[in-house]
Amino acid sequence: MKKSRKQRNIVKFRLVVFASLAGLLILFSLFSDKLCPMDPYLQDLSNAKAAPSFVHPLGTDRYGRDMLSRIIVGSKTSIFSTLLLVTFISVFGSMIGLICGWFENTIDVILMRIADMFLAFPGLVFALAVAAVLGGGLQNAIIALAAISWPKYARLARSQTLTQKKATYIKAARLAGDSDWKLIVRHILPNIMGPILVTAVLDIGTMMMELAGLSFLGLGAKPPIAEWGSMMSETRNLLTTQPWVTLSPGIAIFISVVIFNLFGEAVRDWLDPKNGRS
Amino acid sequence: MKYVCRRLLQLIPILLGITFLSFAMMHVAGSDVVTQLYTNRGVEVSQEIIDAKRAELGLDKPFLTQYFTWLKGMLTGDMGISYVTGRNVLDTFMEKLPATLLLTVLSILLTVLISIPLGILAAIKQGKWMDHLLRISSFIGNAMPNFFVAILLMELLSIKLGWLPVIASDVSFQSAIMPTLTLAISMSAKYMRQVRATVLEELNKDYVIGLKARGVRSRDILWKNVMKSAMVTILTLLALSIGSLLGGTAIIESIFMWDGVGKLAVDSINMRDYPMILAYVVWMAIIYVLVNLVTDLLYRVLDPRIRLGEKAKQ
Repeated sequence: MKKSRKQRNIVKFRLVVFASLAGLLILFSLFSDKLCPMDPYLQDLSNAKAAPSFVHPLGTDRYGRDMLSRIIVGSKTSIFSTLLLVTFISVFGSMIGLICGWFENTIDVILMRIADMFLAFPGLVFALAVAAVLGGGLQNAIIALAAISWPKYARLARSQTLTQKKATYIKAARLAGDSDWKLIVRHILPNIMGPILVTAVLDIGTMMMELAGLSFLGLGAKPPIAEWGSMMSETRNLLTTQPWVTLSPGIAIFISVVIFNLFGEAVRDWLDPKNGRS
Repeated sequence: MKYVCRRLLQLIPILLGITFLSFAMMHVAGSDVVTQLYTNRGVEVSQEIIDAKRAELGLDKPFLTQYFTWLKGMLTGDMGISYVTGRNVLDTFMEKLPATLLLTVLSILLTVLISIPLGILAAIKQGKWMDHLLRISSFIGNAMPNFFVAILLMELLSIKLGWLPVIASDVSFQSAIMPTLTLAISMSAKYMRQVRATVLEELNKDYVIGLKARGVRSRDILWKNVMKSAMVTILTLLALSIGSLLGGTAIIESIFMWDGVGKLAVDSINMRDYPMILAYVVWMAIIYVLVNLVTDLLYRVLDPRIRLGEKAKQ
């Protein structure tokens, strides 16, 4: 059932709108240190736990640091680490999956067993172990999440490759004398990209929340670094008296996840075969 | 039956791999376990005492010996003693398990009660305002990390309205309300979507049109045919969620001071209590394999195509 031209235009319009929103958010976080009104790390104990005011629109935390500036700077930590993580796991996982699916030999069996093992691994324990080996911090939380998340992409890429491999056009290309390498790069890769891309974009929001969760538990970004998850756990005991200080980083996570999820859904609809592109 | 046995055998390599990996990582990391141990207790001790303690815990032996000693112990149900409390690891773990089980059962029940009726409602009212409302709320729920939901609930129910204590002091139904609610809200948002999508997919299949043409009532089609097929997908998802809940939701348990295995894991991690962490790792691996097994079996029971397909092959 192909969609009408009007429906296709709506899909395209949504893609453009949400892609620009996501782009704006990334740009915003890129220049966040220039955009924040005050120094996010400047302590001012005489002005601690201040209520929202003209100077501090979101109030200050227990060290008198300006919350708005901390949230703005936190965008860089949260958004960039997430993007880095998703890019890495999708590229690495898909490569493994592609190799496994294409060759279907002993390497495939071994790699897939390893993937299974990592899938069963509790992320929390991994985060600790990595933190313990390399010393705590945000990058280790990223490594831990990467270690348990790549198998999803490996499995997806593998099953996609298995389907494509059997297609007639591959046989034709092989008869025409294409090498394995050329077959993979020229034919398989472009054809399995779609689903992987959709999964990756939809994963941004989830990963952002997971990363914030690890930081919330104290296994990710460490204070005083401004990161939304750790800011929430740091200010948790202010909930009774200054709820805005605890809630505003949460709202920042929420807004970013909403934007990336909307973008992901728009990409999915756009790449949907029913959308009748090309 | 043979199938079940074969699948259970698969547990062995996974378990070996995971425990070996965790053991190796902790070995690399844990050169100062004993120092850490005394720091936890807040005492300063001499090098001799540290060395003696190392010998007592078997930490001076080569890595592989340590691993096999631990493995042999585990097979006989002896998982060592906690570095922090000095108590038996398995006993401590079993003590914390009921709290996690209670939370799992309650939150899954609540999730099913919320998401299945609402998901079906959204599917039959597709495109109407009810559908839009439900979809928007599920989208919002999906974009909120569960610790944020937890904090919002605390702010609303405990601080603003004062209905419930902020933090659980014991494991009881009253103190279970907030963690259950938090988990159910987060999961329902996800499930409502899935239920809606699955039911819609079934409703658009040809056999539904056929049944309608033959004059079968829509209500009967929905409950007797559509739901039966949709159940396969829904049950699979539920099994996966039960799996992750049984692992103890570390964040939620920690926030609400709920004394389950998730909180135990976080505490052990912060205290570098390696035997305790290993017990948690083993538990997670077992859950993972069992959940996969259960979902596969469910497919075979509920979906005749898989069962008959295999018979035909034989």
